[in-house]
Amino acid sequence: MGIHILTLCYLIASVTFILGLKMLSHPTTARKGNLVAALGMAISIFGTIFLFEHRVDGESAHLHNLPLIFAALFIGSAIGFVSAKKIQMTAMPELVSLFNGMGGACAMLISVIEFYHYQFTATPSPNDVLYLTHKLSTLSILAITSGLVIGSISFSGSIIAWGKLRGVVKDRVFKGQRALNMLLLIVLVSSVVILVGITPSVSYVSTESIDPLNAISQTFQYISNLHIYLFYGILALSLIYGVLFVFPIGGADMPVVISLLNSFTGVAAACAGFVYNNQAMLTGGILVGAAGTLLTILMCKAMNRSLLNVIVGSFGGDAAGAAAS
Amino acid sequence: MHTFLDFFHQHVEIIYIVILSVFLGIEVIGRVPSVLHTPLMSGANAIHGVVVIGAIIVTGQAQPDNYPALILGFLAVLLGTLNVVGGFVVTDRMLEMFKKKK
Repeated sequence: MGIHILTLCYLIASVTFILGLKMLSHPTTARKGNLVAALGMAISIFGTIFLFEHRVDGESAHLHNLPLIFAALFIGSAIGFVSAKKIQMTAMPELVSLFNGMGGACAMLISVIEFYHYQFTATPSPNDVLYLTHKLSTLSILAITSGLVIGSISFSGSIIAWGKLRGVVKDRVFKGQRALNMLLLIVLVSSVVILVGITPSVSYVSTESIDPLNAISQTFQYISNLHIYLFYGILALSLIYGVLFVFPIGGADMPVVISLLNSFTGVAAACAGFVYNNQAMLTGGILVGAAGTLLTILMCKAMNRSLLNVIVGSFGGDAAGAAAS
Repeated sequence: MHTFLDFFHQHVEIIYIVILSVFLGIEVIGRVPSVLHTPLMSGANAIHGVVVIGAIIVTGQAQPDNYPALILGFLAVLLGTLNVVGGFVVTDRMLEMFKKKK
């Protein structure tokens, strides 16, 4: 029963996100649109806390660790509310960037925790094995790793953008920066491909029809040390890439970059939504990813520049280009 | 080829949701006036805070003695909430300022 109401909650949330974005793009309804989206968010968050069910020992159970979750919700709300209320009008963009980074970090941490669960295959209880075998498919590792990469880039990039707007971080340009970024990106993508490639596909294994003993011997080979090194290597590379990506971009272009990172976090949220097969996260994330990308392009247009110009045509890009030629 | 078709068949609903959401996201903000760019960015920033749901699920599923997962989960929920609450409040303040100017 509860899980059905929760599905309805997610539907309501998805609709409010769409309505909210729609109303936010008209001057007369913008403020109301923000409230509508916030209401949908509250419904989906409290619905998840009280109605979400998962399988433990073949029986459905509600979420536990509720005191911990409420403590985190309370502290997060308090800090978020106070800092948003107290901030100077002129400092708002940097706060948006900081909040965006927090969202990226959240997506990154979700991926890390999900992967951490998989690491515990050495001494599995039968239930763990069922859970792992069921969930560790090529697809879920792809979703987890994508969430990790995009979330981490968004996190470290947003922190640098925040630092730049505050004037703490200066534009850093050095020779061959563009080439280094390209190289890093290639290494990053190939690491993800390798990690996904060495994970055998075990999707479609149903929890009922599996033989636990057999499953234990199977899961042993799923997570090797190579998996673990690759995963945390990818985490580190993504964080570094986020920093290097934002470093050379000029201070005046910062709003565009924040908007771009904003749409990144949206995609990261959608990846996490895929891991949990959660419609509210999927629609919310993809909506923001798509709308954010368009908004980034519109912002560039408003400044009479192209997106490519902002990203690679910055001073750093020019310097690297000049050095190359 | 077969794996691909199989994959498509298994996840056809999600694929539909993703594709339609992409078009919807583009369509829905298509005619935003440039004065609203920053508030809209801030509002979208708050909406992707929906990722906090995933953090709540992963924390709620963690075994009570799995401290690394609990600590990271606590952090994830905290940061996600910061994103959601801070995002909506700061957007509201931006738009409030907007109204006064008018």
